[in-house]
Amino acid sequence: MTSVTAPAARDTVLAARGIVKRFGALTVLHGIDLSLTSGEVVAIIGPSGSGKSTFIRCMNMLEVPDAGEISFRGRRVVPRFRAAGETLGLGELRRHVGMVFQHFNLFPHMSVLENVIEGPVTVQRKPRAEAVDIAMDYIAKVGLAEKRDARPDQLSGGQKQRVAIARALAMQPDALLLDEITSALDPELVGEVLGVVRNLAEQGMTMVLVTHEISFAADVSDRVVFMEAGRIAEEGSPDRILHNPDNERLKTFLARFHG
Amino acid sequence: MYTWSFAPILQASDLFLWGAWITVVYTVASIAIGLVLGLLLCFARLSGIGPLNWLAQGFQELFRCTPLLVQLLWIYYALPLLLGFDLANWAAALITLSLYAAAFYAEVFRGGIVSIDKGQSEAGAAIGMSGWQVMRRIVLPQAIRRMMPAFINQSVTQFKNTSLISVISVAELTYMASIVNGQTYRPLESYTVLAVLYFAILFPITKFADIVESRTRGGH
Ligand SMILES: Nc1ncnc2c1ncn2[C@@H]1O[C@H](COP(=O)(O)OP(=O)(O)OP(=O)(O)O)[C@@H](O)[C@H]1O
Ligand SMILES: [Mg+2]
Repeated sequence: MTSVTAPAARDTVLAARGIVKRFGALTVLHGIDLSLTSGEVVAIIGPSGSGKSTFIRCMNMLEVPDAGEISFRGRRVVPRFRAAGETLGLGELRRHVGMVFQHFNLFPHMSVLENVIEGPVTVQRKPRAEAVDIAMDYIAKVGLAEKRDARPDQLSGGQKQRVAIARALAMQPDALLLDEITSALDPELVGEVLGVVRNLAEQGMTMVLVTHEISFAADVSDRVVFMEAGRIAEEGSPDRILHNPDNERLKTFLARFHG
Repeated sequence: MYTWSFAPILQASDLFLWGAWITVVYTVASIAIGLVLGLLLCFARLSGIGPLNWLAQGFQELFRCTPLLVQLLWIYYALPLLLGFDLANWAAALITLSLYAAAFYAEVFRGGIVSIDKGQSEAGAAIGMSGWQVMRRIVLPQAIRRMMPAFINQSVTQFKNTSLISVISVAELTYMASIVNGQTYRPLESYTVLAVLYFAILFPITKFADIVESRTRGGH
């Protein structure tokens, strides 16, 4: 666990300001602010439908906010692939901010290695040999070196998710967004994936993780954000949020996990 | 009791072979043109640009909701009146078959592309790929596998459809059979040989399609 020493003094990597998102007549996010400093791990918790996924998807612009802005290292992100001048395009944002999905979304027509070198080769235009070196490094880090030539459909859920993490890491991102990455896994496979995330946290990776694993969130995060009906209802240190909550809804929410 | 006599037909075997060759040429050429136009139509449909989408869809409906024979007659006999110049029968045949193929292939492509889970393009986008890179590297390779059976079926239909161009005197297989019939007065033999030839060419292709289909099913 990294400590919360003077986050303001560190660089802000990714920041969301006043994010509003609507789907038709339904307003899902009512103005969310969140900024991530380098090396910080923020856990987002909250009831189903509170907008956690929508928000984390706004952070890499898979959902384009209706109002508010995302900025990466001080540069405002615009909803175009390429951007000019001071602003940042989606292509560049996503090269620096990786994402791991609940349902892995591995490319089924590619082997493990091909999945992981896809970004470095196609997006970063690295020579294949160099991309393979980088990719094998991360594949080994998630403990799947011997599976390099396997197809996704030959892997267990936990293995798939570890490949997905390696795929995101191979871009050598400045931050990672993880949306309930263990929710689709059989309970006995959750541990191996959380172990990988824990290692990343210890190595100082900047992360936002949406999770229902409350004790894991308490363990690895520097800050916990509780979302409720499209708003941040409470945020603070894991200890204060998870062990001494004063928000009534948060208490009710947490009671379900302690019970 | 009818006595079969294939001898006169065998003497005309080079006519049949030439006809079969012409049928293959029209099939392959119209499939090739149809694939390119069909891909363009499909991208127009998926472009998200209203007018392009409507135009492409209108074109598709036109060709899917009128008989191919009517299209052929219209393009050969009616269109030249609007154009102010005549179309050769081979040109009218090739144009009609290609446009018809394009309308159907576009639907095969579109079906294949939209069947790919949205999570796939999101995963591509999330590692910084452009829309075109996502299409080329992630969506199309998966969609093509999935659309293979429909593609082969449509191409088999296309092969059979070429028999219609005999009505504007393009000398393909069916036309040749009627020539042979005219020369030999042996309709039973002429048209039986014709049917057997179509069957002999298409049967292996449909078996191949079945294998491809079961393989795609097994794959994912
Ligand atoms: N593409 C969409 N179109 C319409 N409504 C959507 C869409 N995506 C999300 N929503 C709605 O937005 C609200 C927030 O959804 P979201 O997925 O962000 O919640 P969540 O907090 O991630 O929930 P969960 O814990 O179940 O994953 C829900 O009411 C959901 O139905
Ligand atoms: Mg969610």
